[in-house]
Amino acid sequence: MKKEWPLWEVFIRGQHGLNHRHVGSLHAPDAEMAIRNARDVYTRRKEGVSIWVVPSAQITASDPGNKEALFEPATDKIYRHPSFYDIPDEVGKM
Amino acid sequence: MYAQMVTTDANRVRDISEMSEEERAFQERIDRGEKIEPTDWMPEGYRKTLIRQIGQHAHSEIVGQLPEGNWITRAPTLERKAILLAKVQDEAGHGLYLYCAAETLGVSRDELIELLHAGKMKYSSIFNYPTLTWADIGAVGWLVDGAAIMNQVPLQRTSFGPYSRAMVRICKEESFHQRQGFDIMMKMANGTPAQHRMAQDALNRFWYPSLMMFGPSDKDSVHSAQSMSWKIKINTNDELRQKFVDQTVPQAEYLGLTVPDEHLKWNEEKGGYDFSEPDWSEFFEVLKGNGPCNKERLDARIKAWEDGAWVRDGLMAHADKRAAARTAAE
Repeated sequence: MKKEWPLWEVFIRGQHGLNHRHVGSLHAPDAEMAIRNARDVYTRRKEGVSIWVVPSAQITASDPGNKEALFEPATDKIYRHPSFYDIPDEVGKM
Repeated sequence: MYAQMVTTDANRVRDISEMSEEERAFQERIDRGEKIEPTDWMPEGYRKTLIRQIGQHAHSEIVGQLPEGNWITRAPTLERKAILLAKVQDEAGHGLYLYCAAETLGVSRDELIELLHAGKMKYSSIFNYPTLTWADIGAVGWLVDGAAIMNQVPLQRTSFGPYSRAMVRICKEESFHQRQGFDIMMKMANGTPAQHRMAQDALNRFWYPSLMMFGPSDKDSVHSAQSMSWKIKINTNDELRQKFVDQTVPQAEYLGLTVPDEHLKWNEEKGGYDFSEPDWSEFFEVLKGNGPCNKERLDARIKAWEDGAWVRDGLMAHADKRAAARTAAE
């Protein structure tokens, strides 16, 4: 019986202190092998100091069809940005 | 600050020659400016102190919603209401980021919340003062968020990775909080004589409690020295308080308001203001639970937690049921 290797999503921490960021995917039979493969595929040029792998099947994504409903409402909430408030220069940095 | 008087279990800060090999390597990483991540080796004291500090910081964000939440339904305009709602919503998010950072150290959010409710953990003393008028909402944004930012900006460089990253995100979002507060203060201070009086009254009541946020002088404190060598505290309480006063006094002058301190005076030599210390006996009373709103705040948190229990349990039961159905279908 043929069984395909599952897909893994790879996250790399580029430098000390930064978040892990998604860099791509790969196939591997298990998590340990996924880390080894990720090291070979994604850090050959010293791109990172730490690797996370997550089974792709475990990722739940938002529905692209819901994009407007999800993200549009933030557009008119301009008061969430500091530039919305007119603070005179003489008050100093705020 | 948002975390006040955090203890470290240290009696004194040990010299690098007295440390075990692991500890020395750890301290050297911190000295080099490297970040410590949850899976790295760390001394037990570092882990415990950070749980106390980040936990207290998280509790402050959540309890801090209460004094402002008090005015959401009574904001003077729809715009002010939307802004205040957005700010209080941000504070909930900040609490979430911080609880998650604390959880990477091996404690759960529910445990931290239970410790708070049992009176075994604290939140910032400032949130035990009432918000009596709309001008108080201005003063909270201007002074309380102003003081918080003073502390949180340097904490972006703290040694613990998840805490540092939470601080970066929080500082970015926080930048509108102080400005909206000052915007309210400008409106009030330049408004009718009655509005101006309300603004002055808010400053009078919030000035000293804001100075207390930084905590008593810690220049001789072992805990602060230990926390500073671990880079989970970046400045002394006095340094931050001085910076806050120097920044805030000209802003009060711009508003045409008087800082309630007759000893306030510019000191040319030190390049900063001389000012009166707050009443530290009041601070310790508030920490002990005897502030004007301690009971009200804690009762409100406990009630919210208990009233929400059936929702949390119900959603978990529903998720379990769906997971079981999926497994059965496979």
